[in-house]
Amino acid sequence: MSLPTALASGADPRAGLTARLRQTSPIPLDVDLTCRAGQVLALVGPSGSGKSTILRAVAGLTRPAEGFVRCDGEVWFDAATGLARPPQHRSVGMVFQNYALFPHMDALGNVMAAMGHLPKAQRRERALSLLARVHLDGLAARHPAALSGGQQQRVAVARALARDPRVLLLDEPFSAVDRATRQRLYMELAELRRDLKMPTLLVTHDLEEASILADTLCILHRGRTLQTGTPTEVKTRPASVAVARLVDIRNIFDGVVLGHNEAKGVTLLGWQEHVFHTRLQRDIAPDTAVSWCIPASHVLLHRRDRPTRGDAENPVTGVVSDLLSLGETVRMTVALGPSGARITVPVLVHVVQRNGLEPGSTVTLTLRAEGIHLMNPAPQTPGGMHPHP
Amino acid sequence: MDWSALRLSLALGAWTIAILLPVGIVCGRWLAWGAFRGKGVVESLLALPLVLPPTVLGYYLLVFMGGHSPLGRLFEQTFGQGLVFSFGGLVAASVLVNLPFAVQPMQRAFEAIPREVREAAACCGMSRWQVLARVELPLAWPGILTALVLSFTHTLGEFGVVLMVGGSIPGETKTIAIAIYDRVQAFDDAAAGQMAALLLIISFVTIGLSYVLTNRARLRR
Repeated sequence: MSLPTALASGADPRAGLTARLRQTSPIPLDVDLTCRAGQVLALVGPSGSGKSTILRAVAGLTRPAEGFVRCDGEVWFDAATGLARPPQHRSVGMVFQNYALFPHMDALGNVMAAMGHLPKAQRRERALSLLARVHLDGLAARHPAALSGGQQQRVAVARALARDPRVLLLDEPFSAVDRATRQRLYMELAELRRDLKMPTLLVTHDLEEASILADTLCILHRGRTLQTGTPTEVKTRPASVAVARLVDIRNIFDGVVLGHNEAKGVTLLGWQEHVFHTRLQRDIAPDTAVSWCIPASHVLLHRRDRPTRGDAENPVTGVVSDLLSLGETVRMTVALGPSGARITVPVLVHVVQRNGLEPGSTVTLTLRAEGIHLMNPAPQTPGGMHPHP
Repeated sequence: MDWSALRLSLALGAWTIAILLPVGIVCGRWLAWGAFRGKGVVESLLALPLVLPPTVLGYYLLVFMGGHSPLGRLFEQTFGQGLVFSFGGLVAASVLVNLPFAVQPMQRAFEAIPREVREAAACCGMSRWQVLARVELPLAWPGILTALVLSFTHTLGEFGVVLMVGGSIPGETKTIAIAIYDRVQAFDDAAAGQMAALLLIISFVTIGLSYVLTNRARLRR
């Protein structure tokens, strides 16, 4: 099977996309982003955060007031010089949210429509090999209306790759398919992307999707980048309370840094009547008010039938206030101490049953020092806890 | 049966849609996707021939295309013949009268093409002309066909404006609709009946054909 050059190996190491986009209307934007060849950068944010606008600006479908877009050292857009190449001259492959397939062309025709750069004799064979690449062998003659949502998405991916693009742009490519199909498409795209040598921008509001598919996440809010980092970094070390909220960390509280213990490699955090050990974060001066968070994965439930030994890490005791079933797991909410601050922990169903947990049960939790992350305090947060929106 | 009147009517219809095809596509796309001030005014002006009495329209056309008007004089200097009471004038009048019949269905057809589909075509590397030829026109063609059929059949049946602007000069401006009126006035019911029946058949077949074709196009999607 002959694969298009976009899928072949040996891309230029300098290859990549850099963009700076600034505008105030219609959707405010103020972002700088870089995506290297072969890298998948996910633009994550709530609706209205400008993520689709960024994609459209890179594709040349919208023109921001200021900034530039460069790909492989080639300038596609530069507000300073007034240069703005139309999409036709940008070598982008774009998968639209609703795929935007050409309804009057069959699957093969849709893919071949993006092959204007190839000699006519080669197009058919290339298009068929691309359709095979996305597991659509035998469906080349189907029109989009006769294809399922997942199949339409694959045609859209094949069409985006057909141009041998220098940048691949995916605009919420999984939002229009059902959950089961989505899981399968994730796997297929994850497999496909290993062979892709161009930078890929993925727009999504789904953090899980972004974590599965992307190397780097760019968390956006109202057109601004709040944090750029690996999925793990962003999810365990959010740069701010706003990011922590956007990545769905529910356990966010206010405390005070009491000091650092260099010998033990810990920072001491005061919260209510507790003193917690946290990962050493010596750039924060003692007596500084901070916000802190802990991902649910770093909160451990002690077994009730086997009392904890005295040296447990950051133990806290509280009363179960709510158990919300989420299928295989249960989201347990525990009210801690006199303030009633709430912490949520996901626990497996069998753990709930074995421990006989129910609202009103007293439980002890460990907050792993490694997981406690300190941030600048959020403005206007009364009461030492952040109700999750 | 007045064959020269029938020929004239068919020629008038053909000229009218030949001119309205590009005009309708340009205006239809512009109105479908353009956002500009005064769009409502433009749309109202285009729809005006639908509601205006043909005699009123014909009167203004006479005034603006007549030998005393700048347009009439320009035409006369260029072609050595006046616009009014000539076939050329008839074509010009027919194009104006049929603007709403041509532009409105085309506008609706272009409006029905999702913006993302046109954007996808651009992202596929197609030039503007390729996008028009390979995506927009194939998707809009049922609407374009409807527009042309409506304009053509409407031209065959147009009476008031043709009489005002063209008079009834045999072989030059006497169309079949006027010939029918002529025959009725002369108590030649047989000829009038023949021509009326022929016009009915032509109109029915043309409209029917367009429905069949557009329905087939929809089924293929």
